[in-house]
Amino acid sequence: MSDNPLHTPRALNGRAPDVFRKGAWVPMREYSQNEAVDFVVIGTGAGGGPLIARLAEMGYSVIGFDAGAYFRPLEDFASDETSQSQLYWTDERLIDGANPIKMGSNNSGKAVGGSTVHFAMVSLRFRPEWFQSRTKLGYAVDWPLDWREMWRYYDKAERDLAIAGPISYPWGPKRPRYPYRAHEIGGAAEWLARGAEAMGYQWSETPLATVSAPRGDSPSCVYRGFCRVGCSTNAKQSQLVTYIPRALKAGAEIRDLAMVGRIETNAQGLATGVHYHREGQWHFQRAKQVIVAGYAIETPRLLLNSATDRFPDGLANRSGYLGRNLMVQSNQAVYGRMKEMVRWNKGPPSLTITEHWNYEDKKDFFGGYCWMAQGPLPLEWSAAVSSSRGLWGEALRQKMMDYNHQVGLKMVGEMLPSMENRVTLAEEKDQYGLPITRITYGWQDNDKTMIQHALGEMQRSLELVGAQDIWRQENDTNHLAGTARMGFSAESSVVDADCRSWDVPNLWICDGSIFPTTGGVNPSLTITAIALRTADRIQTLHRQGKITL
Amino acid sequence: MSDTLPNPLDERYPGYDVLDKRLTPSWNDATRRVIDARLAVPREARFLNALEWRTLSALCDRVMPQPTYRPPVPLAAYVDQKLLSDTRPGFRDAALPPQRETWKNGLAVFEAEAMARHDQSFHALTPSEQEALMIEAGAGRLGHAGWSAEQMQLFFNGHVLTDILGAYYAHPTAWSEIGFGGPASPRGYVRMQNDRRDPWEAIEATPETVEKTRKENRNVR
Repeated sequence: MSDNPLHTPRALNGRAPDVFRKGAWVPMREYSQNEAVDFVVIGTGAGGGPLIARLAEMGYSVIGFDAGAYFRPLEDFASDETSQSQLYWTDERLIDGANPIKMGSNNSGKAVGGSTVHFAMVSLRFRPEWFQSRTKLGYAVDWPLDWREMWRYYDKAERDLAIAGPISYPWGPKRPRYPYRAHEIGGAAEWLARGAEAMGYQWSETPLATVSAPRGDSPSCVYRGFCRVGCSTNAKQSQLVTYIPRALKAGAEIRDLAMVGRIETNAQGLATGVHYHREGQWHFQRAKQVIVAGYAIETPRLLLNSATDRFPDGLANRSGYLGRNLMVQSNQAVYGRMKEMVRWNKGPPSLTITEHWNYEDKKDFFGGYCWMAQGPLPLEWSAAVSSSRGLWGEALRQKMMDYNHQVGLKMVGEMLPSMENRVTLAEEKDQYGLPITRITYGWQDNDKTMIQHALGEMQRSLELVGAQDIWRQENDTNHLAGTARMGFSAESSVVDADCRSWDVPNLWICDGSIFPTTGGVNPSLTITAIALRTADRIQTLHRQGKITL
Repeated sequence: MSDTLPNPLDERYPGYDVLDKRLTPSWNDATRRVIDARLAVPREARFLNALEWRTLSALCDRVMPQPTYRPPVPLAAYVDQKLLSDTRPGFRDAALPPQRETWKNGLAVFEAEAMARHDQSFHALTPSEQEALMIEAGAGRLGHAGWSAEQMQLFFNGHVLTDILGAYYAHPTAWSEIGFGGPASPRGYVRMQNDRRDPWEAIEATPETVEKTRKENRNVR
């Protein structure tokens, strides 16, 4: 194979990779740089992917840019943690603060399809009250979105991604049956279920974006368990194999290995296009509307790097909120060893879940959390054992021998927004000559209280099923949110409910960075649901003459 | 805590070799390409100088001591290769310079401290002398001119341990040692429940069944 997708773009010359057939191509429409396309979308992940597809299907001209490679999973993906770091955003980022965030693996993707190419496929809905956490639950801020409308977009997203889940989900308002049946639960997942039952809590098969029966060109999941380093069979319903192929079919263009470094604005304060780096040089693409979907680090970075005399603090930053209120989710875990052979690497890693503490409000902290079964691969596992237990040498080698007997429970918990947790620009430059980011993060008291509560609960669950040699992983975090908050006013947020920036009317932001709060579940399905809504809103606003195309 | 270990053997999965599956449906071409390349790593310094290489090799022996009954994983070669290609993790503590410089500085501190305390190179110290310095580094108590104890702690916990363990547990030898199924595409797995084993998964030995298991594991593929 002469083509290396990390070095040479693949979506060129009127064709893009057919991700379902080795060596095959699908036709792709191409737009001229001098032609102002209706929409440029920067980022092709959980937010960008659905937008590119839906806007193209509505008949708009759309180009989707991604800094990462256009992979062919059937040919490019090895069953190997190390080499599959090719899916991660590994460009340098500085981290500091009281609790620096480890970047680059579980929270950052660099590929067409974004981090959905390596996400764990967990596809959950927000608890309705989280859209009004200030009014209903007394903390943080409300969203300008109505949960009932979101519920309809969750329905759509779940159908588009053929989510495999239970017949009835134990928590929250009624929802339709999941499109695909739930996956068989594995050994590690069963221990979660037994622990939850011993505690008197409900549990469920986790709704997952990997198909439990064939769907189009996607075969049924074969339970290889390498989900978090990329699915080599296309069972996983990532953006790369769902919305992106739809987008191409509908006439969108995808530009891979295309790093957007700056959004150009004119004297009227409107966006006119984007400067992007591809094939060794800078280019300029004209556009009537620009949508940024680069996730919570690259989105503020791009907007900060696009500062002008008129917008000296970065685009869409009149409020001063851009880059602020960065949120991760607490991702602490408790592990133990069973007498049985569990072989927890088999199957998707998070096959069962309990959302008990997302829906129970009798507790001494704000926000919620869930926990899920675990199945880390050896590299990730050795890093967790070593860093959490302070082990190396022979002691570590011996502990690693228990790999097939391990079980674990890992939380996804809501950290609260803080203005001090933020993304700024550093002096240092990257390979494109662009200032890199500095990511500053510290846990607040509420975050710490929740983490201790969750660790105690997860430990009790493992004790109740007879796990031995139990220990806690206290330092892990996952997922990103915030930095371009959605809100009710231009003074205290970056975008409105339609993801349109308050300051630049033809500039939009649609990814996890618009989250005012992050909830106690994995964010990807909510990002996708908001993107589907935003596409509909754009069409409506255009028909009403409120968008110029 | 080890009283309930099902099996205190060093060879928990005797006879099991994940490489036996190389030509089965558990390995696709992409996997064969990357693992073949991994096994072919040049066992020599290409980025570090000779003294740094010896310091690194000593650290590798302490972080992951390897049994003598099978060929060792060439850990120093993988760390050197990572530095040569400058493959980065995607973040850097703001207190540290880029990883190549961090590694060179950190190795120099181990060497300088060894000379200052024992008048010998780090690689010439006894294992317990080496470990004492490493424990101090990990605890944030080992600084040296121009390189703070905090930087040394970040270097040891965030680079030394991460990169050496990352090299070890990325190697088929380690996968076989812990009974990990290894690469699994496109075949995947079928038997999902506790105590169920697919025929291409390793069998765990008990002290009584070592030789029987060794024979059985030779057919696992």
